Amino acid sequence: MKEHATKAAAFIQDEARTNWHDESLWFVRSKRDKAAHGIPEWEQLRELASQIKDHTLSHLDEYLEAFEAKAKENGVTVHWAADAAEHNRIVHSILQEHNARRIVKSKSMLTEECGLNEYLEEQDMEVIDTDLGERIIQLKEEPPSHIVMPAIHLKKEEVGELFHQKLQTKKGATDPQYLTEAARQHLRQSFLQADAAITGVNFAIAETGGVVVCTNEGNADMGTHLAPLQIHCMGIEKILPKAEHLGVFTRLLARSATGQPSTIFTSHHHKAKEGGAMHIVIVDNGRTTQLGRPDFRNSLKCIRCGACMNTCPIYRRSGGHSYDSTVPGPIGSILTPGIDLKKYSGLPFASTLCGSCSDVCPVKIDIHEQLYKWRQIIAEEGHLPTAKKQSMVMAGKVLSRPGWYKMAGKSARWVTRWLPRPLIYNPLNTWGKARELPEAPKESFQEWYRKNRSAS
Amino acid sequence: MSKAHILKAIQAAKPVPCPLPVVPVFEAETPPTREIFGSVAAQSGSRVVRAEDFVGLATAVRTIYPKDISIATPLRAIQSDIDLQQASPADLNGVDVAVIPAQLGVAENGAVWVTEADCVHRVLPFIAQHLVLVLPEDRIVRNMHEAYAQIKIDDTGFGVFIAGPSKTADIEQSLVIGAQGARSLTIILI
Repeated sequence: MKEHATKAAAFIQDEARTNWHDESLWFVRSKRDKAAHGIPEWEQLRELASQIKDHTLSHLDEYLEAFEAKAKENGVTVHWAADAAEHNRIVHSILQEHNARRIVKSKSMLTEECGLNEYLEEQDMEVIDTDLGERIIQLKEEPPSHIVMPAIHLKKEEVGELFHQKLQTKKGATDPQYLTEAARQHLRQSFLQADAAITGVNFAIAETGGVVVCTNEGNADMGTHLAPLQIHCMGIEKILPKAEHLGVFTRLLARSATGQPSTIFTSHHHKAKEGGAMHIVIVDNGRTTQLGRPDFRNSLKCIRCGACMNTCPIYRRSGGHSYDSTVPGPIGSILTPGIDLKKYSGLPFASTLCGSCSDVCPVKIDIHEQLYKWRQIIAEEGHLPTAKKQSMVMAGKVLSRPGWYKMAGKSARWVTRWLPRPLIYNPLNTWGKARELPEAPKESFQEWYRKNRSAS
Repeated sequence: MSKAHILKAIQAAKPVPCPLPVVPVFEAETPPTREIFGSVAAQSGSRVVRAEDFVGLATAVRTIYPKDISIATPLRAIQSDIDLQQASPADLNGVDVAVIPAQLGVAENGAVWVTEADCVHRVLPFIAQHLVLVLPEDRIVRNMHEAYAQIKIDDTGFGVFIAGPSKTADIEQSLVIGAQGARSLTIILI
């Protein structure tokens, strides 16, 4: 796998586009601030959300069992999947039982994580993603680059060209209104013809056995209410104890995600429609392992609002694809090393540790602290890239030997002052790639101190 | 059996019990007025009107949607062009305007609670080109805490908070009203 830095370097080749991407996301972050500042009890809500999640995680087994019992009472079939492969097999077998071949799906990071689309397509099934952003990237055969705005990396000209090829829109048309209307017409046919609808889950309520799905487009509802079969796939961490807790989380989710006071549709599913069938698949896929890591279990509180991405100076300037993981950005960088430490060993370094992610997180995940802790583990387990490893070993030696340290300082001061530019800003000096080194002082602090203070 | 396996793994991994906090209602000083509800809902693209300004509900709907001819509604006060009891969900695809009674409005976000029992068909508020929700004026609460205290989410098999017309900003963050669901939302207060 290519390092994040390598992919980010490719992304920033186009400076105008990088700036555009940066500004688009900062715009969303600004809307979030405005919405959050409109709620006097905002900080209290974050604290409550964090505590409710702490409580729920500490009783997760009990709540999942209560949820299942209640859902069964409601006539819903509940399945449990240990990993992605089992999840895909279960979904496939439910579809087979109902002779379903045409499937409409609404946005679900979990099914993305499990690779459900590819799996079902291999079984000769048709899967149509119905969120506009998801449909765009599905047609473009790309993964999402953001968990809330999957096509945020694309320009309207690119969407226009794509729709011209795939949906026969007018050549050169780029008006978002026109393109959205074309997608609406196209997707409406898919909804009407679908045999089954699959959705993700924002919240699952232990007390009532129901699931809550939030969208702005209404695509999840068009799918579930038209198709005879509805399947909801959820990670084990989506549970909330009671309906009253939805009050806290619905107030936080949309404001954090897009700055809206509420998602347009907050749908509560408890029973199948008349003549229909409803299934829920509960998935572990590495989450219990993360729960067992005291330093990192907090990451399971995530409600997938994407606020940490919108605020992150690295994400904004490197694009979601540079992370090469289903969930990119700061939260992705603390979730993915827990799944595959070697593959994702670069991600915890894709951060300045500025802490902005933790500041905006609606459930108060200590994201930047976890990034730092993953770095320690990655170094201990020997997954640092060679250059970084060797420079760290060298730095360790220098910093633990006062004589070496003084010498290093002296030579650095001499080098930056007297060596010609091309020799300093050489390809080995990665720090000098896009930065000017500071002007070196004539003497070290120690030398200055000896001269000016030690006599007195 | 994966269920037993997952539950066992959770028991081995879960932290020591943490207490469940009590959620306050966060009562604002201002009452949950029609004005606040109306202005917040308008920001999300909804239109809020009062039935009495139109001499009744049916006139209001016909005045606001004069060109849209086919109306589907379970309300007796308005003539429905489609027999909801007889129709299949897919039959509703041609509906121009759905008029549906709503149970509760929320001032802080302009959301309106609608249940399956109100819609007859769950898909009706989504599949119609335009949506009209009829809300009793005295059923507006301050915030989502009050809302969840007053409704029972599992009273029916399906219930939804609707906070505006269907929308998307998935192409370059440009707001487009009318993604997959209704292209407009009118809330008529009675």
